[in-house]
Amino acid sequence: MGEFEDMYREVILDHYKNPHGYGLIENADAHAKGQNPLCGDEVTISVKFAADGETIEDIGFEGRGCAISQAATSMLTDIVRGRTATQVAQLPKEELLAEIGIPLTPIRLKCAILGLGVLKVALHESRGTPLPDEWQGLDFG
Amino acid sequence: MAVQAHQTLDALRLRADFPIFEQTFHGKPLTFLDSAASSQKPRQVLDAMTLFYETSYANVHRSVYELAERATQGLEDAREKARAFVNAPSAREIVFVRNATEAINLVAYAWGLKNLGPGDVVLATELEHHSNFVPWQYIARKTGATFRFIPVDGAGELALDDLDRFGNVKVAASGAVSNSLGTINDTPKLAAWAHSRDAILVCDGAQAAPHVRLDVQALGADFVAVSGHKMLGPSGIGFLWGRTELLRAMDPFLLGGHMIRHVGDEETTWGDLPAKFEAGTSPMAEAVGLGAAIDYLEAVGLEAIEAHEHALAAYALERLGEIPGVTLYGPPADRRAGIVSFNVEGAHPHDVAQFLDLDGVCIRAGHHCCQPLMRKLGVTATNRASFYLYNTAEDVDRLAASVLRVKEIHA
Repeated sequence: MGEFEDMYREVILDHYKNPHGYGLIENADAHAKGQNPLCGDEVTISVKFAADGETIEDIGFEGRGCAISQAATSMLTDIVRGRTATQVAQLPKEELLAEIGIPLTPIRLKCAILGLGVLKVALHESRGTPLPDEWQGLDFG
Repeated sequence: MAVQAHQTLDALRLRADFPIFEQTFHGKPLTFLDSAASSQKPRQVLDAMTLFYETSYANVHRSVYELAERATQGLEDAREKARAFVNAPSAREIVFVRNATEAINLVAYAWGLKNLGPGDVVLATELEHHSNFVPWQYIARKTGATFRFIPVDGAGELALDDLDRFGNVKVAASGAVSNSLGTINDTPKLAAWAHSRDAILVCDGAQAAPHVRLDVQALGADFVAVSGHKMLGPSGIGFLWGRTELLRAMDPFLLGGHMIRHVGDEETTWGDLPAKFEAGTSPMAEAVGLGAAIDYLEAVGLEAIEAHEHALAAYALERLGEIPGVTLYGPPADRRAGIVSFNVEGAHPHDVAQFLDLDGVCIRAGHHCCQPLMRKLGVTATNRASFYLYNTAEDVDRLAASVLRVKEIHA
């Protein structure tokens, strides 16, 4: 299990134990909560836009669940801060998966993209744009 | 039945009957500790199904040619084996279904819709698998009945005293053995109480039938649901046992071919048991496979299987209990079946299960279809190792070694 374990220790556990962007933002401009019904993982995300109403100035999350889901959401906050809502609404999951870096089975993939899915719900809702089909399957309550 | 003197089984010898163990995973031997979800299949079961397809396959019933009669014989032989396996008074009380879930839905719809209404109480347990919880919650809502459940205590055992407080109970739904914690419930006590209130007891036997001698008459239940795939049989076959008088008084569940007596232009009358509940073409080869699985289990001996799994569960509780930061759930070893649920401090069950997989150790991680129970335990998920006749003490050692590594990684 050498390589997987090394990557897991270096990347995943670091974010899991010291998550970036942890804590919800008061008076957020966009907000959504979702869960993975398979394992009960939960993520809530809040977003604050800059004065232009488009650039993500700040993003915060809270959640509970496996290391993959929580670490991936932590990484996501680093990736999207400073980008525009339109860019992030179209962000392909591959960009996040590349950042995570470890091989993921289909079931763990759902853990990994939970935060991204919740963020897309928040951004599309705040923009009044429809959520793409690809993100509909997850149970965002 | 005569008392058997210290019957034991040789798990290593039995393993040779299961082709699945001939391969490795991530370079490691397969340590399969997820039989409570679904068991592996011995060659005898696979061969019986292949032989049926190769020599005896045609649609059953209503055909006069010899091949179809052979197929019918295969299906009915399996029914008789299932009858004997659970000591049912009559083979017509054995209804073939897809699995225990379908068996319970059959009762919930066909008995529940006819017998429940406002003012009635439908009682499940907090330990229940969703399969014996959700159908009752749903049918109660549909009929205007009230849905309540018997709570579990901190050790994962049902609080069976003072049941009278639940009021006008018409049906109680309870598993014989908890799939999540391994708790062995006192079904005869619950059945006696239900009958004293003119209620029926619907028993989910899915976790009991593969592992202990399940005698429906000793159990005292009115319906018992069994899944074939958990007891060495194929997926897609299980059976419902029910009392003749209850099955006769019920309306049908699925309607169509084979379940009729006479189809008029305006109205149809139903066939006799068990045909009334077996609309459409039956899973014939699967039933034959289930029959072969029953033969296999009887040859090994249910008493020997129970003792073997009990020893493995006790050993697993001991080995996992030695690891600091491991929390064990459920009752003490002497009151549980071969199931051990646990959590590792600092590691979510999905992360634990993934690391164990890299060591070739298969466990289940999640809510085990028991969300009400998980809420009671105050967790979102647990890890669950479950044992069967092909598991050995070495499997438990590999589990413990792998859990220890996970603990170290997440420390």
